[in-house]
Amino acid sequence: MEILLPLLYLLAAAGFILALKWMSSPATARRGVLAGELGMLLAVVGTLLRFEVVEYQWILIAFFIGAAIGTPLAYLMPMTAVPQRTAISHAFGALASALIGTAEFYRHTPEQITMAALALEIMLGFLTFTASLMAFGKLQEILPTRPMTYRGQNIVNLLVFAAAAVLGILLIVSPEQRWMFPFFAGLSLLFGVLLIVPIGGADMPTVIALLNSYAGLSASAMGFALDNKLLIVAGALDGSSGFILAVIMCKAMNRSFSNVLFGAFGQLQTSTAKTTERPVRSAVAEEAAYLLESARNVIVIPGYGMAVAQAQHKLRELADALGKRGVNVRFAIHPVAGRMPGHMNVLLAEADVPYDKLVEMDEINPEFPMADVALVIGANDVVNPAAKNDPTSPIAGMPILNAYQARTVMVIKRSMNPGFAGIDNDLYYMENTLMLFGDAKVFVGEIVKHLSASAKAA
Amino acid sequence: MKEYESALWIFMLAAFLGFQLIRGVSPLLHTPLMSLTNAISAIAVVGAILITGEKDAPPFSKILGFIAVVASTINLVSGYLITDRMLKMFKKRGGN
Repeated sequence: MEILLPLLYLLAAAGFILALKWMSSPATARRGVLAGELGMLLAVVGTLLRFEVVEYQWILIAFFIGAAIGTPLAYLMPMTAVPQRTAISHAFGALASALIGTAEFYRHTPEQITMAALALEIMLGFLTFTASLMAFGKLQEILPTRPMTYRGQNIVNLLVFAAAAVLGILLIVSPEQRWMFPFFAGLSLLFGVLLIVPIGGADMPTVIALLNSYAGLSASAMGFALDNKLLIVAGALDGSSGFILAVIMCKAMNRSFSNVLFGAFGQLQTSTAKTTERPVRSAVAEEAAYLLESARNVIVIPGYGMAVAQAQHKLRELADALGKRGVNVRFAIHPVAGRMPGHMNVLLAEADVPYDKLVEMDEINPEFPMADVALVIGANDVVNPAAKNDPTSPIAGMPILNAYQARTVMVIKRSMNPGFAGIDNDLYYMENTLMLFGDAKVFVGEIVKHLSASAKAA
Repeated sequence: MKEYESALWIFMLAAFLGFQLIRGVSPLLHTPLMSLTNAISAIAVVGAILITGEKDAPPFSKILGFIAVVASTINLVSGYLITDRMLKMFKKRGGN
């Protein structure tokens, strides 16, 4: 039996690797989940059977409680709330990791080299725990989504981080100095809070990915401390996954990690010097319906506003109605649209939009000059031509969806308020742009109504 | 000392493998990917079980271990279930 157990861990690691490999395409992805589940099952069974584990009662109770909370969390959570769920999930994972590290530390005074791994595990665990809770609060809008800043913020953050790091190093040097531990843990927790305070909602995709990475690295460090290779492998896979997603998000905004973490992007611009009213052209649903109906190629650009208005189902009705008339409708997905990587894809998939209609930015951009209508719904900064034309703009250099190249641009928007970056959008003032003012869901619903009325008339 | 060396090798190789695998994931699936890796990071449950189930563990470790098993089980269960729920929604045109 003792010979078989390491084999279970080995198979578990293989399961996780296959899980990630099969995520490469929607056709195999569900098989990937199965592989991951089997891997986890093997890991849990392999651990329960180990000779050190003798008392099962509390473990089983904990399993039961965890499953009782986790199951409704998975089934009742609306898809628009997936970013929040992900954030809270990172918090749980990181908390588990930090607590295990803490228990290890107090159980027996660790050797220096084990202490190094433990210190890393505990620091990453605690800071990811509070940071994820803060991210959850901002996504759930319990906390203000705008960045909160004060003078000297970055210096305070740096000092707190440095203090935590110094205590961590002192603990590695002399692990028997237990009195330092609570301060070390406390500063790590505090740093997690401070880290998220200056981060705005639009930067959440990057931050969530980064927290995902930290939670993984913390688990990996636990593997070093417990001499458990399965933990090292699984943690490293997660760590690299979160890191790559964060890099992709940063690239999609043409910003650096440090700019995202310390730049307090998306502050309300207090200087409202640019109050010159520029004329815009607006249209009602009937005109919009007419233009869409007579188009051949329509590209829809969804953004976070679509999620807020819950307009994805109406949007799918619109796409269906147009599709019946032979209009080619596709959806252009910007990598940072929404509040987490891939957010728009999940919402549209939930609304039954087939995934071959969801097109990535690099693939769809050459198609805009051939598009008759670009319909922007709840997106703003990701279609702002200022990113290309104005080197002084805060979003300069950010890759955008080239909606402005379409023959007609329609923008569904509540009002002329600027988007998250607080920047005016030149797209709205172009000659070929029609502003459709109103709630996204209601407005799209009206367009659909007009389309079906004209279908009956024909 | 030797053990740490091989552990570092394993970490490095797994991290590079992770980079390669994640680069291959369709951006379409980045949200389910994140909830899947979230579920995988519930592997912390292994450490939590070891601490909670140990013979004669002091009450303090037992309590921390217990909370850790609960927290990682929440992640494990909800992570896999919601990933599958999301993936079920991705359909090709005209598919079932």
